[in-house]
Amino acid sequence: MGGYGDVQCIDENGIRLDGRKIDEVRPMSIEVGVVPVADGSARMKWGLNDVIAAVYGPMEAHPRKIQRQDRAVLDVRYNMAPFSTTDRIRPGFNRRSREISKVTAEALESVVLTELYPRSKIRVEIEIICAEAGTRCAGITAASVALAHAGIPMTDLVVSVASGKVHDIVVCDLNKEEDNYGEADLPMGILPNSGELVFLQMDGDLSPEQFQEAWDYNMGAAKVIHEVMVAALKGGDQ
Amino acid sequence: MAIPLVPKLLRAHLANLAEEGKRHDGRERFEGRSVELEVDCLTRADGSARVRMGDTIVFAGVKFQIMTPYPDRPNQGGLMCSAEVRPVAGRGWEPGPPSPESIELGRVVDRGIRESGCINTEDLCIIPGEKAWQVILDLFAVSDDGNLFDAFGLAAIAALKNATVPAERFEAGEDRPLEVSKTPIMCSYHKVGGRFVYDSDKKEELGGDERIHITLGDDDHVHSLQKGLKGIFTAAEFAEIMSEARSRCSELRELVNQTVIGD
Repeated sequence: MGGYGDVQCIDENGIRLDGRKIDEVRPMSIEVGVVPVADGSARMKWGLNDVIAAVYGPMEAHPRKIQRQDRAVLDVRYNMAPFSTTDRIRPGFNRRSREISKVTAEALESVVLTELYPRSKIRVEIEIICAEAGTRCAGITAASVALAHAGIPMTDLVVSVASGKVHDIVVCDLNKEEDNYGEADLPMGILPNSGELVFLQMDGDLSPEQFQEAWDYNMGAAKVIHEVMVAALKGGDQ
Repeated sequence: MAIPLVPKLLRAHLANLAEEGKRHDGRERFEGRSVELEVDCLTRADGSARVRMGDTIVFAGVKFQIMTPYPDRPNQGGLMCSAEVRPVAGRGWEPGPPSPESIELGRVVDRGIRESGCINTEDLCIIPGEKAWQVILDLFAVSDDGNLFDAFGLAAIAALKNATVPAERFEAGEDRPLEVSKTPIMCSYHKVGGRFVYDSDKKEELGGDERIHITLGDDDHVHSLQKGLKGIFTAAEFAEIMSEARSRCSELRELVNQTVIGD
């Protein structure tokens, strides 16, 4: 987490640069069926984030060494398109996208009933076509909608959201400036029906009280986001 | 892309239809799928477009970088075009370094744009011999239901035509629109069941033979040609699709110019 520089992320009335209050999430929308050739797909716009998730499978797992006798494997890829950020990204996997792919796969494996599809593979592709902040959260959220759209049995959807701290104030759903200049970032993956967690990361500096506050903001935001996810699936093309 | 097992039944089915002068989805031989074109649709890109042709969906994004001009061309900037077909776009596309297929896609689109001369590389020079703009055009497939070539070609020229040179971000003067003086358009024909059809979908690609890509500029000048895949064609066949390409390219050119001006 960097220093402030001369950027003032919150004004004296507690209003943030994008006009939100400290406990508000960015505007968002979700559309399903955006990749017609996939078995399930979703596009999530969240603030300036624009994420496409596609699901293929269950299908035969190959090479055979990746097969599991008792369950399906989730093959998850998170990737940022070259034009998704201010400075162009050279195409190809890097350490960051590999780590995010790994933790995303583990979050989704916690809810998908993989034991129903032994020796098979479910491919989950997450493509960030425009990035603001919180792309991993948008990716996990969109991927869980795409899995549901593909008809893959799951115990619950996964809602992912990050709260954090900027100018020593805890704020919900960090935007780009808050992510760049803030002092802490706490992304979580929440099962909205039980309040359980399947994904958790954190970096920065939070006091015990601030940590609890950020935690509670994420739990509150998850309910709001969950409604958008359910509405997209119910109002979708199938 | 993984080499698909050639589905013999599909080939036979398409050949039977061809004998009756039909296509599997009911289109005429030279009828394209419906085309949607949207520009300025990616916030972080300096120019962008989204194209949908049937169930094929692609994005094009333009970014600018500062480069040092090549020593033999000190007063010129550069243009780079690359295509990426990631596994999101279909079952057959696999992760890993760019496949020969996606490299071919990027290079064929690149040639059509470069050779049409629509971008004057001398306009991209900032300080001769020291600083110039490099225009980077990234083509990105979201859903591949066949004919990525034409979808990429259309998205590419539309994204360039709505691009802004982000000079303020690089402290190199004022932002200005990128000058694109021409509108090169690509049309692709695929031999299915023994005759060429326009805008093949995935099934026709899987059950077809060779393909030919034609890029025409304003005034019908030819700027790039590419024959792909195994197959033999005659001069008469080529003359027929060339004449079809002339009329289809001008329709699509009209669509691009209307969409970009309307934005």
